[in-house]
Amino acid sequence: MNWADIFFDGVLAALGPVGAAYALSAIGLNLQFGYTGLLNFGHVAFMMAGAYGTAITVEFGGSLWLGVVIGVLAGAFLGLLLGIPTVRLRADYLAIVTISIGEIMRLVARSGFAEPLTGGVFGIQAFANDFFALNPFSPGARYGWGQFVFQGRALFVTLVGWSLVALGLLLTWKLVRSPWGRVIRAVREDEDAARSLGKNVFLYKLQALMVGGSLGAMAGVLLAIEQQNVTPNSFEPKVTFFLYVIVIVGGAGTIVGPVVGALIFQFLFFFFDSLMLSAQGQGYLDWAGFDATDAAQVKLVLVGLGLMTLMAFRPQGIFGNKEEMLIGDT
Amino acid sequence: MTRESPLAGVAPEPGVAKPDPILVVEHISRAFGGLQAVDVGRLEIQRHTITSLIGPNGAGKTTLFNLLTGFDHADDGHWHLDGGALVGIPAYRVARRGVVRTFQLTRSLARLTVLENVLLAATDQRGESLLGGLLTPWRRIERANIVKADELLERFGLEHMRDEFAGSLSGGQRKLLEMARALMVDPELIMLDEPMAGVNPALTQSLLHHIRGLREAGKTVVFIEHDMDVVQEISDWVVVLAQGVLIAEGPPAHIAANQDVIDAYLGRHHGEAP
Amino acid sequence: MIATLAFIAIPVAARAEGETIKGTLEKIDGDVHEPVAGVTLTVERDGELIGTAESDAEGNWEIPVPGAGTYAVRLETDTLPEGVALTDPERSELPNLTVRANQNKTARFNLGPGLVTGNVSTLDRLLELLVLGLKLGAIIAMASIGLSLIFGVTGLVNFAHGEMVTMGAVIAYFFHLSLLGPQWPLLIAAIPAILLTAAFGWINETALWRPLRRRRVGLISMLVISIGLSFSVRNGINILFGGEPRTYADFAVQQPIQIFGVQTVPKNIFIIVFSILVLIGVGMFLLYTKTGTAMRAVADNRDLAESSGIDVERVILVTWVVGAGLAGLGGVLEGASETVQWDMGFKLLLLIFAAVVLGGLGTAFGAMVGAFIVGVTVEMSTFWIDASVKNAVALALLVVMLLIRPQGILGTRERIG
Repeated sequence: MNWADIFFDGVLAALGPVGAAYALSAIGLNLQFGYTGLLNFGHVAFMMAGAYGTAITVEFGGSLWLGVVIGVLAGAFLGLLLGIPTVRLRADYLAIVTISIGEIMRLVARSGFAEPLTGGVFGIQAFANDFFALNPFSPGARYGWGQFVFQGRALFVTLVGWSLVALGLLLTWKLVRSPWGRVIRAVREDEDAARSLGKNVFLYKLQALMVGGSLGAMAGVLLAIEQQNVTPNSFEPKVTFFLYVIVIVGGAGTIVGPVVGALIFQFLFFFFDSLMLSAQGQGYLDWAGFDATDAAQVKLVLVGLGLMTLMAFRPQGIFGNKEEMLIGDT
Repeated sequence: MTRESPLAGVAPEPGVAKPDPILVVEHISRAFGGLQAVDVGRLEIQRHTITSLIGPNGAGKTTLFNLLTGFDHADDGHWHLDGGALVGIPAYRVARRGVVRTFQLTRSLARLTVLENVLLAATDQRGESLLGGLLTPWRRIERANIVKADELLERFGLEHMRDEFAGSLSGGQRKLLEMARALMVDPELIMLDEPMAGVNPALTQSLLHHIRGLREAGKTVVFIEHDMDVVQEISDWVVVLAQGVLIAEGPPAHIAANQDVIDAYLGRHHGEAP
Repeated sequence: MIATLAFIAIPVAARAEGETIKGTLEKIDGDVHEPVAGVTLTVERDGELIGTAESDAEGNWEIPVPGAGTYAVRLETDTLPEGVALTDPERSELPNLTVRANQNKTARFNLGPGLVTGNVSTLDRLLELLVLGLKLGAIIAMASIGLSLIFGVTGLVNFAHGEMVTMGAVIAYFFHLSLLGPQWPLLIAAIPAILLTAAFGWINETALWRPLRRRRVGLISMLVISIGLSFSVRNGINILFGGEPRTYADFAVQQPIQIFGVQTVPKNIFIIVFSILVLIGVGMFLLYTKTGTAMRAVADNRDLAESSGIDVERVILVTWVVGAGLAGLGGVLEGASETVQWDMGFKLLLLIFAAVVLGGLGTAFGAMVGAFIVGVTVEMSTFWIDASVKNAVALALLVVMLLIRPQGILGTRERIG
């Protein structure tokens, strides 16, 4: 087994465009869940709104840049739509509704009914040429040292992606340190106490959903551009699930937690994936009767178990402080 | 008490009018399932006084607080603050009108620092809006608020815990913090729900001192209390609720001797666990 | 391709040069998608024939067109095989399909199971959908009761409940069809399925939830843990059972029958009647037995129940076992009605949530009422809307209910403060 290959599979995935997109999306979720205490389990819907918003705009003749703006606005708008019926609800009802909305959006997007708009099961492709036209790197060339290498095309998206992540961090930092951020954290601690001091709790929750949702949408736009492809099966509930693991591992309610969590999660995820595939290819997993598909599923089972263990024993994440444990508990 | 009470000439009848009421309830009712939790007719609270609200457990005192401050929906009723109707107003707006209430179990915002707890209560913070927090120079207002907050913390003896998480405070310190926080809002009417519950005698005296201070500062205080000694010592007026109904009101001495009140408590005295 | 690379680009399959119109014909029956081969499609412009194609074994077809522009695409309905029909017979042609430069435009025709007999009146069609709705409702009810009661007695919304449905179906499959198993008839195989799923519920409570409660882990954390459990179990089942849907051998294909002028298959009637009997049994258990009454008491007001001497921990355990067993039964019924696949329970979860919210989280009778309302509404909605989005109706019910009466039909309003 080529350990260097396996290791770099993990590293490159963590640092690559998908890693950046997940970090950005996690920043949005962290604002909603980590700082405001909203149990939004449909965050993938925001990413979908961004991705499809962009692709559909281009499909109907708009420029890519207009598409990006519309994609992000679609995320904010979805936050508003999602928020209005749900901000009055308890956390568990919010989880139910948000997970349902995410699924419905996916089912509608892939349906024949919506096909003229969304491309149905096939989705929409080839809409982001304007972005790659700006690529200063040579698309086919390889940049890097040894095994730490990016192709020109991927390098461009990676740099843009991580710049967006940096902007997202800056936004979070400014918001959280402001009086607005203080109210948000108060809402997380005790809504009624916040109300008794004159704070319009529902409005703040709505705003958190919208801002976090816009960040999620931006992440969706990034993914869509990177792949030049939006299909419904990229937006399954497991994406939200991974985002929660990322936020919790890195430390919910911290500024850099989502980025740290994304790097760790993506690295381990792809490292382990590569490891399993390699092992299966070498026949080490034959005793379990695993084929390649099975080997790829093992990491998913482990992620689920990992989340359970984390929530039960270390909900403050890897770097969190037990006293400052930033996961809301009833 | 040596000061002349403005309620000196008021008859001790349930629902009696007051010379200068800040809060007027015409009637207010709430039922849960089949149980009538609150069914109060007229009730007026005199401005700049300390009124205690007493009654056996389950009398509906906290429910009445919740209804008046918008934390619960009344089935029916009309009540005004300074002439402005409060019916159907959401809780946060009631607070902005100048009515702050505390809760039976102290709700300190554990993962905010003591200072942040108090700063949160400051009104008129442009930095609290989304765009305001991002774009306006809110630090100037914040600095002024910090000065005011530090003064309050010092008054309540909490200045040394200023940067600690509120969650690390003792029970008594949390009570003080809640009171400091309520004061930061600069309300007209402060409604305290059992402020002395679970508090040691020394701290009780301290809290009583602060409550008197509230009145001196021109606030009106209504508080729910079980300890009759406290009620006797500090109240200008006492209102008695039993089974959701207003059964008596009057000066503390009168209430202590009132047969209806004694019956309502079913022979229980102050100090005995209700 | 490995499905888990879903969030990395799956390069689009090789396309034809230049502009084309293409599509995939699938017969969609509930969750089952079957490719339809041998159907002719034609493309015309301004009345002139541009090209034709026949759908291949995977249902795929593609017709090159001379350039960007507007074309008419028609599906030749007389080339449809037996048992397959357009879900909207009016829509056999797309008269204004715009193709952009270098685009391989997708044209979609929705196909579903054809009717064996000819014209069906509106009333008959509605009654058929009603029967399907009652069946769906019955199956959802099986799963929902457990979820609602578990919430009622512990406060936990068990996101892993769908996996117990899947488990029932999969275990029954093992005892019924697996070469390593006893290959019993389905009705017999259902028994270990229900018992083992109930045992899983028992393990859940004793090995996971009770220790977590002892450690004072909060309800939100437990909710997230249940989501993690759901994810693990689901993918674990995928590893063991495989990703492909399978059907039971018994009751799989049945001849339609007519009951009171309504066309349906016998297993639907059986599922409805059997489920109603089970639900009546559950209802009587809850109303008239000591344990059942204790369960309702704890769900209603835990502290009060405890102070009246009820052993709350035991009640919680019984709730988990009964709830899990019912979910497993629901899985067997769903498997017999449709197919068995690794995420079938998760797919039902949306409908289950709608049912319990509608009926009132925490009450079993609420779950039953909610389940039938959801089932009937979802199925009957297909009379007006496209079948592929019928589950959205359940979501709409869910949201509307939360807006106007969050406690559900049979739930009780919670006090504040």
